[in-house]
Amino acid sequence: MNRSPAATRLRYFAAQNVPLLLSLGLFVAMVVLYIILFALKQSRLPGAFELLTTVNNTLSVGLAAIGQTFVVLTGGIDLSVGGIVDVTNSVAARFMQDSPVSIVFVSIGALVVGAIAGLVNGALVVYGRLQPIIVTLATLAIWEGIALLVLPQQGGSIPPVLTAVLAGTLPFPTWLPNSLIIAGLLVIGWQALRNTRFMTAVYAIGNDERAARANGISVARAKIGAYALAGTCAGAAGLYFAAANTSGDATSGTPFTLTSIAAVVLGGVSLFGGRGSAVGSLAGAFILTLLLNVLFFAGVNTQLQEFFQGLFLILAVVGSTLVRRSLQRAR
Amino acid sequence: MPCCTARRVRARSPSVSPDVTAAIEGIALSKSFGGVKALRSASFAADGGEVHALVGENGAGKSTLIKLLSGLYPPDAGEIRIDGAPVAFARPQDALANGIGTVFQELTLLPYMTVAENVMLGSEPRSGPFIERRKLLDAAHRLFDQAGISGIEPLELVGNLPLAQQQIVEIVKAVSRRPRIIFMDEPTSALAEHSVVWLFGLIKRLRADGVCIVFTSHRWNEIKGIADRITVLRNGEWVATSPATELSENDAVERMTGQRLDVLFPKPVPLGSAAAPMLVVDGLTATGLPAVSFEARVGEVLGIGGLAGQGQRELFSTLFGVTARTGGSVRVDGRETRITSPHDAIKAGLALIPEDRKTEGLLLPLSVRQNLALAVLKRVSRGGFVQRTAEDKLISSMVTSLAIKTPSPSQRVGALSGGNQQKVLIGRWLLTDARVLLLYDITRGVDVGTKRDIYLLIRRLSEEGRTILFYSTDTEEIAHLCHRVLIMREGRIVSELRDPLTPEAIVAAAIRVPVAF
Repeated sequence: MNRSPAATRLRYFAAQNVPLLLSLGLFVAMVVLYIILFALKQSRLPGAFELLTTVNNTLSVGLAAIGQTFVVLTGGIDLSVGGIVDVTNSVAARFMQDSPVSIVFVSIGALVVGAIAGLVNGALVVYGRLQPIIVTLATLAIWEGIALLVLPQQGGSIPPVLTAVLAGTLPFPTWLPNSLIIAGLLVIGWQALRNTRFMTAVYAIGNDERAARANGISVARAKIGAYALAGTCAGAAGLYFAAANTSGDATSGTPFTLTSIAAVVLGGVSLFGGRGSAVGSLAGAFILTLLLNVLFFAGVNTQLQEFFQGLFLILAVVGSTLVRRSLQRAR
Repeated sequence: MPCCTARRVRARSPSVSPDVTAAIEGIALSKSFGGVKALRSASFAADGGEVHALVGENGAGKSTLIKLLSGLYPPDAGEIRIDGAPVAFARPQDALANGIGTVFQELTLLPYMTVAENVMLGSEPRSGPFIERRKLLDAAHRLFDQAGISGIEPLELVGNLPLAQQQIVEIVKAVSRRPRIIFMDEPTSALAEHSVVWLFGLIKRLRADGVCIVFTSHRWNEIKGIADRITVLRNGEWVATSPATELSENDAVERMTGQRLDVLFPKPVPLGSAAAPMLVVDGLTATGLPAVSFEARVGEVLGIGGLAGQGQRELFSTLFGVTARTGGSVRVDGRETRITSPHDAIKAGLALIPEDRKTEGLLLPLSVRQNLALAVLKRVSRGGFVQRTAEDKLISSMVTSLAIKTPSPSQRVGALSGGNQQKVLIGRWLLTDARVLLLYDITRGVDVGTKRDIYLLIRRLSEEGRTILFYSTDTEEIAHLCHRVLIMREGRIVSELRDPLTPEAIVAAAIRVPVAF
């Protein structure tokens, strides 16, 4: 019965997931480069503290990038991610009290707010028949405005317990950051979700919306679901960002829009939709953080950071394209 | 109004035996797209256990009828009945739920998903909410086994398969859902002959199981070979339904076009023996092309024959610079060319008209005028500005001479029927000064009337002294239109046929054991 043995399946998987494998390879290369530069500058290897800060600094962008992946897979783009991060970041900092009940309710509330924001995006795209880029450009401004209403001045407070849970380490082993465990759970959650009919529909829509519809897929439901999940992830990113920084800022999330897109691209997700994995996007987020560290240890002027980030992004995309082309030719 | 519609329905009802309830019925269906009436109060009925052929020219409304009955979009007016009970399809899934399966002319496959995922779409084996990948793969293997298909790996991405195999996947997918009624819109146009035999075997098995099969084709011998009844549509209207045994080809063509087609193929223009070589290909190599050499002369229509998938596509795309050339030389009008992109090819005087006009040539959202104008921008502009009157004149003369059926040149090309889209594409190259035309299966899925227009065009192009490389899946076309035919096998030219060209000789040469040439 089994005419596609494991080796065959692996071969096809590898051939069909070259961009994802490349981004994981780039991630490993960045880790190695970071360790080498760190060791050269500090005369020791990076340890538990460096691991903790690196993962903590990445997870917010990582969450936003995972959310962005859902929308990009449908062939759309979500520019409002940064605005949603702003809103939930502000909500958490403004309303969260020290009691466990408050922590749980406000945390769930932040996710719900994100989900609702995503639903609004999705409904406008699907029922308003509007271009995703226009809808989310408009809602970005709206969410940003709402965030400023919620938290006019930067500040507020996040209960130390939440910070300890989300951005601390396990009591044992103490080197293991909780954020790394969360990242692991996200990967597992993604792989599980990937195997649902909902995600099949999301991929199908990104492949060819007309064909997906003709195959009996409910395009409206799957698209709105993708935007809602994107909003939820952005909401989680805002919550996490507040927890990691122990306070809120109604404008801190705005850069997340572009970094989440950069992470998705570095993760090998096709901006045309239908191809890619959130695991790649998460790796892309890590690559962006590691790049900043590498630039720091390489002694690059902080004012030139963005310049080099842009250069890196272009080189990575061009490199990936070249590798894919030569692989295709070899086949 | 309702009373009048009802009377009209009864008068036009195509059902042959009124006491038997049809498996599926469309009653007085109408549909318009952007002002173009695709279907005008057309009725149709087919029974379980019958193969019902739907014939008509392109634009006659066959595809539209099938799309309405498959729930792809709702009719503007009219009613659909299944087993006599009225149904309303708001979405394709409503039709699927009613046991209707469809093989669409424009395939509904997802290119970046695997063959297995495509055929199992919507019926994935699951445990709880999670799809079981292994079971899905096994189920796909089983489906291909049951269908009698080997050689398509379920793990492969659909987009990596050649068109003929994609067509098979689309068919297997539609059949796998065990529909009671199955529509097949042009299922054979992309298939090689042995696959057509396979498909007809499958259709006969389905018929024996009581499935109602409705299919369209432009090849009369296929229709004759398999259909129990034939319904003719013309200009979006129902014309006739009759048992296949009672309808001759001439009658059918007459009903489809409203006129009798006596000579379908125009004779090729005689070539002077002094005609100079125009295209000289010497040792051309590329992926899938071990080495190809040939010459085509001024005004010559050179047929490229052979079984499907023997390097014809590679030859055309390499000549046009779509695929990278790895060796050899191509001379056009005595001049050596360095073609590495379609842009270079166009500059060298080449033009490619492909089978898949959607992705390879036409800008569907733009108007007929804009599409035609692309090719003549240089000719009608002065100092960078387009001379509107000169452009209009050229374009309206082209619309007339090609008999493009469009309400106006401002009509969106995407709203035209397939055959008319193909004419727009050909017209575009006619307006250029391309000296070598690469025509790759351009009559695929095109109706009889349009085919004749295209044949006349080819003759005219040849008369004008243009050199034409002509590939077609229809051997008869190659035999009648070409001066000379090269047979390809495994990327090589294995034989050359000259006058008198017959379909039999070409097929025989294509399947003959390879001989060095």
